[in-house]
Amino acid sequence: MAAVAFYLVSAVAIACAALVIFQPNVVYSALFLIGTLLALAGLFLLLNAQFIAIVHIIVYVGAIMVLFLFVIMLLDLGRDPAGTEQLPYQRGLGIGLGVLFLAELALMVSFGGGLAGAPEGPLPAAFGYTEVLGRMLFTTYLFPFEATSILLFVAAIGAVVLGKRRG
Amino acid sequence: MNVAAINISLGGIGPLLILSATALVVLAIDCFWPSERRSHLAYVTVAGCLVALGATWRLWGAQEAVFGRMIIVDNYSTFFTGIFIVGTTITTLLSIGYTSRMGIDRAEYYALLLFATVGMIMMAQGLNLITIFLGLETLSISLYILAGIQRQRAASIEASLKYFLLGAFSSAFFLYGVALTYGATGSLDLEHITRAVGETTFASKPLLLIGVGLMLIGFGFKVATVPFHVWTPDVYEGAPTSVTAFMSVGAKAAGFGAFVRVFSISLQPLSPDWTHLLWLLAVATMVVGNVMAIAQTNIKRLLAYSSIAHAGYVVVAMVAASALGTSSVLFYLLVYTFMNLGAFGVVLVLGRQDEEVLAIDDFAGLGRRAPALAAAMALFMFALAGIPPTAGFVGKFYIFSAAVQGGFVGLAVIGVLASLVSVYYYFRVVVVMYFMEPAGEIPLAPRSAPATVALVIAAAATLALGLFPSPFITAASRSLVAVLF
Repeated sequence: MAAVAFYLVSAVAIACAALVIFQPNVVYSALFLIGTLLALAGLFLLLNAQFIAIVHIIVYVGAIMVLFLFVIMLLDLGRDPAGTEQLPYQRGLGIGLGVLFLAELALMVSFGGGLAGAPEGPLPAAFGYTEVLGRMLFTTYLFPFEATSILLFVAAIGAVVLGKRRG
Repeated sequence: MNVAAINISLGGIGPLLILSATALVVLAIDCFWPSERRSHLAYVTVAGCLVALGATWRLWGAQEAVFGRMIIVDNYSTFFTGIFIVGTTITTLLSIGYTSRMGIDRAEYYALLLFATVGMIMMAQGLNLITIFLGLETLSISLYILAGIQRQRAASIEASLKYFLLGAFSSAFFLYGVALTYGATGSLDLEHITRAVGETTFASKPLLLIGVGLMLIGFGFKVATVPFHVWTPDVYEGAPTSVTAFMSVGAKAAGFGAFVRVFSISLQPLSPDWTHLLWLLAVATMVVGNVMAIAQTNIKRLLAYSSIAHAGYVVVAMVAASALGTSSVLFYLLVYTFMNLGAFGVVLVLGRQDEEVLAIDDFAGLGRRAPALAAAMALFMFALAGIPPTAGFVGKFYIFSAAVQGGFVGLAVIGVLASLVSVYYYFRVVVVMYFMEPAGEIPLAPRSAPATVALVIAAAATLALGLFPSPFITAASRSLVAVLF
C-alpha cells in the first residue's frame, strides 16, 4: 500500500518536474512546479513527517509560488520563445550540475549513508506530530524560538525604517 | 521532558533581557510621546546599558548551561557581554549630537543598536549552533538597517545594500556549514560536536571538514579577514560614522566571540586540520590590511583597512590555540573596543551640519585649533599602532608572545613586521594634525558634552589598560579557567 502510494507520488513529482522545464509558457511552468511541490509534500507524509508536509504546502505552494507567479505577471514574462537560452551556457551548465548531483546521490547511496546520528530502529509512535514539535519548541528550543521573534521584530523595524515614505 | 528540565534562568540571560526591554521602551516612548529632538532616547539607551552592565557584573563567576543547553553562562561569555555593552554605551554617547546633525536622530536608531547588542550577546552565550546563528542574524540584520538609515545619502543606501547582499551570502555559507556539521556529527550542541569530532569515521570526515570550512567562511566574513574582507572599506565608508564605529568594534568582537568558541574550544580536536588554514588567513589579513591602508586618503577607509589588519592580529592568537592565546584574544578585543571607538569618535565630532571631515589632509592644523581633540586622536593612533605605554602595545605583546609560545615564531615575526608597516599610516595622521598647514578652515562641530564624555572614557581606558593591564589580563585568563561544557 505504502509502496504503491510512494511510486504514484514520485511519478507525479517527476512528471511535473519534467513539465516545468519543457513548458514554453512560464506561467504553466510555475503551475507545474506547484504540482511538483505538492507531490513532494506527499512524500513527506509517507515519511511520517506530517508537520513538515503541511508547512511545506503552506510555505512553498502557498507563499513562495504565489510570489513567483506575481513576479512573472508583474514583469510580463508570459511568452518565452521556445529554445532560447536566457543565460549564457545555460543548457550545458544545467546538464553538468544535474550529472554532478546524480553522482553525489550515487556516492551517498553506495556509502550507505555513513552519517552519524541517523535514527535506527522503528520511529517513536508520535513521530512527526505537531504535538511533539510544539512540545520541543516550548522546552528544548524555547530560547531559539523566542529569539526568533526578536529577529523578526528587527526585520519588521527595518522594513519600516527603510521603506517608509518620509513625512 | 518537562519544563524544569531545561533549566530556565532569567538571570543568566539578564543582560540580554534588559537590553531587549530597553529597546522596546525606546520605541514606545517615541511612539507615545513624540518630540522633535530625541537625545532623551539616547539617555534611556545609556541607562539601559548601564543596568545591563550591572547585571553582567553579577554574572561573573557563574557557570552553567541554561535553556536546554542553548545558552551558556560562563566567564567567557560574561567577559564578551561586558565588551559589547561598553561598546554600545560609548557608541550611544558619541551618537548624541551626531545623529541630529546627520538627520538620523530616530528612535529606531537606538533600538537597533540595542537589538544588535542582543544579537552579539546571543553569539557569545550560544552553546548551540542554532543560538549562534540566530545571534549572528539578529546582529547582521540590525547592522544592515543601521548602515542604510541615512536614507537621504546615496552612499549610505549603497553601503547597506552591499553589506546586505554579501552578508546574506556569507550567512548562507555559514548555515550550510552548520547543516553539514550537523550531518557529520549528529548534533548542533557544541559539546556533543566536540565529542563526535573525536570519533568521526572516515566516511563522515570530508563532510565535517567541508562543514567546518563553510563555517570558517561565515565567521571570516563577519570579522573581516582577507579574503572575505572586500565589503569592509565600502561599507565602513558609506555607513554613518557612528554606525561604522559600532560595527567595527561590536560586530568584530561578537564574531570572534563565536569564532573562538566554535573553533578554538569546540573544534579543538580538529585543530590539526584548521590551524594551517588560520595561519594563512592571519598572514593574508595582516599583510593585505596594512599594505592597503597605506594608500588611503579617507580616514574612514584607512580605519576600515586598519580594522581588517587588527582582525589578522586576533587570528594570530587563535592560531596559537593555547590558553594564553585565547585570553589574549579577549584582552585584545577589549582594548580594541576602546581605541577604535575613540578613533572613530574623533572623526565623528569633526564636521558641520550634514557634512563630515573625512579626508586625512583636512585634519591639518587640528593640533592648534583643537589641541585636546588632536591629542586624543594621537593617543588612539599610537594605541592602534601598538606604541607603549598605550593599551594597544600590551594587547599586541600578549598576542605575539602567545604565538611564540605556541611555536609559531614565523607568524609572530610576520605580525610584528606588519604592525611596523601600520606605524607609518597611523603616524601620518598625527603628522598631518600637528605639522601640516591647513588649506582651509576645518569645520568643528558644536561641542557635545556626551560625546566628550565618551571620548574621555575611551582615552582614559586606552591609557589605563596600557599602564595597569594586570587586573584585566587576570580577568581575561580567568574567563577560561573552566570554559564549561
